[in-house]
Amino acid sequence: MNTLEQLVQYVTQNGGYIWVQFYRHFLMAAYGVLFAAIISIPLGILIAKYGKLSSWVLALGSIIQTIPALGAMAVIMIVMGLGTNTVIVTLMLYSILPIVQNTYVGMKDVDKTVIEAGFASGMTRFQLLRMVELPLAISVIMAGLRTALVIGIGIAAIGAFVGAGGLGSIILTGTNATDGTAIILAGAIPTALMAIIADLIMGWIERKLQPIKSSKSSAA
Amino acid sequence: MLEFHDVTKRYGNGKPAVNNLNLTIEKGEFVCFIGPSGCGKTTTMKMVNRLIDVTEGAILVDGKNIKEQDPVELRRSIGYVIQQIGLMPHMTIRENIVLVGTLLKWRKEKKDERARELIKLVNLPEEYLDKYPHELSGGQQQRIGVLRALAANPPLILMDEPFGALDPITRDALQEEFKKLQRELNKTIVFVTHDMDEALKLGDRIVIMKDGEIVQVDTPEEILRNPANEFVEEFLGKDRLIQGRPDVTTVGQIMNSTPITVKIGTTLKAAITKMRDERVDSLLITDSDNVLRGFLDIESINNNYKKASTVEEVMETDIYSVSQDSLLRDAIHKILRRGAQYVPIVDEGHRLVGIVTRATLATLVYDTIWGDGTEFEEIVAHAE
Repeated sequence: MNTLEQLVQYVTQNGGYIWVQFYRHFLMAAYGVLFAAIISIPLGILIAKYGKLSSWVLALGSIIQTIPALGAMAVIMIVMGLGTNTVIVTLMLYSILPIVQNTYVGMKDVDKTVIEAGFASGMTRFQLLRMVELPLAISVIMAGLRTALVIGIGIAAIGAFVGAGGLGSIILTGTNATDGTAIILAGAIPTALMAIIADLIMGWIERKLQPIKSSKSSAA
Repeated sequence: MLEFHDVTKRYGNGKPAVNNLNLTIEKGEFVCFIGPSGCGKTTTMKMVNRLIDVTEGAILVDGKNIKEQDPVELRRSIGYVIQQIGLMPHMTIRENIVLVGTLLKWRKEKKDERARELIKLVNLPEEYLDKYPHELSGGQQQRIGVLRALAANPPLILMDEPFGALDPITRDALQEEFKKLQRELNKTIVFVTHDMDEALKLGDRIVIMKDGEIVQVDTPEEILRNPANEFVEEFLGKDRLIQGRPDVTTVGQIMNSTPITVKIGTTLKAAITKMRDERVDSLLITDSDNVLRGFLDIESINNNYKKASTVEEVMETDIYSVSQDSLLRDAIHKILRRGAQYVPIVDEGHRLVGIVTRATLATLVYDTIWGDGTEFEEIVAHAE
């Protein structure tokens, strides 16, 4: 009970501060995923078209994924210094694999006969991509962004170690304080909530982007 | 319309997939390419819209060499239908039908109008335009696939086993619908199939291929009568060769030309009297121009006798009929497959000209077996 009271007290006294860190935390994760998407979606499309590259690119992505986030962040910090940029670059690296992989799978899963029909109807390569392949792959690509964002929110918490702020810094304050359980919770609970909410919202968007609709929903 | 001049396709340095092919197809002609798998029929077709490039020789569409045309423009000007249908699952039927129109940047009103116009051709309701492909049956989807090929009104349509994946009854229906459509619209069709029955039924001419070369090009009748060599004979199969003769007999020649009918407006009472007098359990109903409108059987009279007074109130309008020019072989096949007791025979104007009943068929079989100087031999003699 004591911890709970302390938590309530901390949150009421530092509500504004928690909110600012929450927002900062979210922005870091979102930017990381956004920049990763800018690189990874075209990369995924490319390796789906030119099969030979795919195993190399996916293997590289997997290797990045195996490096502990804290270690990677420390190495990047040596190059980029302290601050949010280091966190964003780290997040970007970790988002590449899920996004590339999902883009690749999504593009590969598009029915070949649909592509043949489109091409034989006189679509250019670009029209085929824009009118057929991307619309049919978009929900799978979104699933990749969703995974990347949820992972990103988790990794961004470590950003506090390189002085980037975010909810991680509240947790860090808690670990340094004597009897800081309540403060740790004040940082950890919003982090978890953010991940859950992000997952739900992205899941909703993913379903909205489902390419194969029923006529009823389209009439509404 | 479509000319192949010494066309050869080689993959790598191996044996050519298509070897020195020469063929001229006239406007409005329905040409079926047939042969065992790997004979080069699909390759030949795909070279026409440059899905596959010609190695040597030239293909001319309307006198213009396809190599000198932009492949994208060329494909938009040639219809294409494939076995797997390949409708865009994320687009409505409307968007699917006018896909080529979208690529050609038609105005929205023009696309709408064209979609409505086309869907009428295959007797599907306009509401279907707003549905998605997965909500339609396989047969309906392929109808849309055919409409997509027709959308920009191309003079030439390529079809790669379009009805191959459909069940036999749907396939029959679609073949017939499509053949009718092709005659009306006067399209030139290049149709690839491995089904000999389909080729014999649809083709104005059949191109039989083997190992990348043409073995025989002729009308279905000619191929059945005079197969070029053993390969063609074998490919046709003994059954068809034996059936080769009656194959040219039309239903018009064996039908009973005095079916029992009543005119629209007849009272039920009069219809019953007619049934009793003629000893039949169903009547065909025609209008004053003798156009077939429906049929009436004893059961429906029984069920509605109290409610209705004239035949058109009770008659069944969904009636299956056969054109008098269709081949006897097909008609028999259909009667048996549908389990129908009889089938009315109509002319081009859907006017009733006769009827073929199971009894007619039984007589035919009887005459064939006992060969009693009967009408069947006269028919064969007449046909020759």
